[in-house]
Amino acid sequence: MSSLSEKTFSVLNYVFLAILGILCFYPFYFIIVYSFSDPKAVLSSPGYLFPKGFTLVNYETIFTQNDVLRPFFISVARTVSGTALTLIGCAMFAYGLTKKDTPMRKFMYVVLVFTMYISAGLIPGYLLIKELHMLNTFWVYIIPGMINAFFLILIKTFFEQLPAELEEAALIEGAGYFRIFWSLVVPLSKPILATIAIFAAVGQWNNWMDNLLYNSSQSLLTLQFMLLKFLQTQSYSMKDAAMMAALGNEAFNITPQSIRMAITVIVIFPVLAVYPFLQRYFVKGIMIGAVKG
Amino acid sequence: MLMTVPFFLLVLVFAYVPIFGWVMAFQDYFPGKGMLSQSFVGFKHFERMFADDEFYRALRNTLVLSFLGLLVSPAPMALALLLNEVRRKWFRKTIQIITSFPNFISWIIVFSVFFAFFSVEDGVINKLFLELGIWKTPSNILADPSAAWVFQTLVGMWKGLGWGAIIYLAALAGIDQELYEAARVDGANRFREAWHISLPGMLPTFVVLFILGIGGMLSGGGFEQMFTFSNPMVVEKLDNLDTYVYRTGLQGIAFSYATAVGLAKSLVSILLLLGANAISKRINGSSVL
Repeated sequence: MSSLSEKTFSVLNYVFLAILGILCFYPFYFIIVYSFSDPKAVLSSPGYLFPKGFTLVNYETIFTQNDVLRPFFISVARTVSGTALTLIGCAMFAYGLTKKDTPMRKFMYVVLVFTMYISAGLIPGYLLIKELHMLNTFWVYIIPGMINAFFLILIKTFFEQLPAELEEAALIEGAGYFRIFWSLVVPLSKPILATIAIFAAVGQWNNWMDNLLYNSSQSLLTLQFMLLKFLQTQSYSMKDAAMMAALGNEAFNITPQSIRMAITVIVIFPVLAVYPFLQRYFVKGIMIGAVKG
Repeated sequence: MLMTVPFFLLVLVFAYVPIFGWVMAFQDYFPGKGMLSQSFVGFKHFERMFADDEFYRALRNTLVLSFLGLLVSPAPMALALLLNEVRRKWFRKTIQIITSFPNFISWIIVFSVFFAFFSVEDGVINKLFLELGIWKTPSNILADPSAAWVFQTLVGMWKGLGWGAIIYLAALAGIDQELYEAARVDGANRFREAWHISLPGMLPTFVVLFILGIGGMLSGGGFEQMFTFSNPMVVEKLDNLDTYVYRTGLQGIAFSYATAVGLAKSLVSILLLLGANAISKRINGSSVL
């Protein structure tokens, strides 16, 4: 039944989708290539497919300067600890909410779900953090967002589908809820916990709003926000940009553009590295979310 | 169970306690004094809001960006249709994975990518086109106010299109295959199948997202995108309500005034959401909320 017009469409469709794919992929590829190119060689015209004069000088410069290393470790620290806290917090809370002898569990659940629809706004949120003396602390990265309603709903739904007999058996054998949670429920729930962990980790790594709003101190700068500051100091007028470039050339053997590219690669790298393998988890997350929400 | 209490308190503290801060919108908040010992000023801040030109500018930008966003909101649906027509599974999967990647990077990275390509001095596009002689003078689209709205809409599409399509692909996967078979028996070609079966199959999802989009109309452009892409040349086009609240409130330290603007925004947003939901309920009998 395939007519000529259908065949034409099919070909055009492949071409169009391929172009779309290139538009989404090539910019990252280009930036990676640029970051491995000799900063001076690419000034006149960059390598579009392969690095021009392959070098690691951009990365050497970055990783020997403390003002990049420290933000890098802050970002890693918040991602690791923030993800762990969110995971433990949401899982324990969700488990508690599934237990019938938890007082007011329905009420707590409704109150929690409501947080998805309401937000007090920027200024009240800021003043709260200020009153709690959490401004300019590492805590602000990992505590306020610890309990996430969306994550909790997904985990709770999964817990409710676990066979109840296993738990009853453990209770009869005299295990407490804590023991059951750690040695029975958590191991059985690895799929959902892995999905949530990935979402939370990417969210943590990418988050910079809390840095902008609550932490002005240099010692708590995250990698994301450092990159933004670096980008914004690049002026939009030709003259200043040319001056910066000239300065960069004289002082080091690098250019602001090359450094920008290299930092960008470092910031993307963790997400880029895990993404192709974990894409199905992301998709799974949105599917459950679509069904639920 | 004791296990839940600390986490519940955490939710109360970080999501509900700040709501009491709305009182500030009716006070002249003075840092250092308690919330209750502030002086009440009625609707003074709301009056100031309606008298401020920059507020109207922010409102205009927000609404224009929302409108453009809603205008291109069927695009992910179209992409899902096209992906669905691809018979080679590896090709479809690859395109799906690649196009949804930009959704998982921060706006700062998005800005960095666009800066690398479009900036006036170092941007690749400028270099290439000047070199090839296609352009005589460099183009500075990141600082061009007349293109700012459309450009930002395209940037938003670049980031969200692929991921947006995935949710529609899920809807397509849920369509009963017998419908397609029946259509084929009736002699329908692929275009007619897409139009009469696939599209209606995705419509309920579209309606849900569209209604949520109307509820989010006063967040047009979003804070993060506008904040990262803003510069002195285009701020008149990119300053939306969220960045306006940030600028006046946190940078200008007008806590009470910014709270009033934020509160007004929240209330109108809820009304919009409920209104859109009510209309959808009346038209096709489905409620989102």
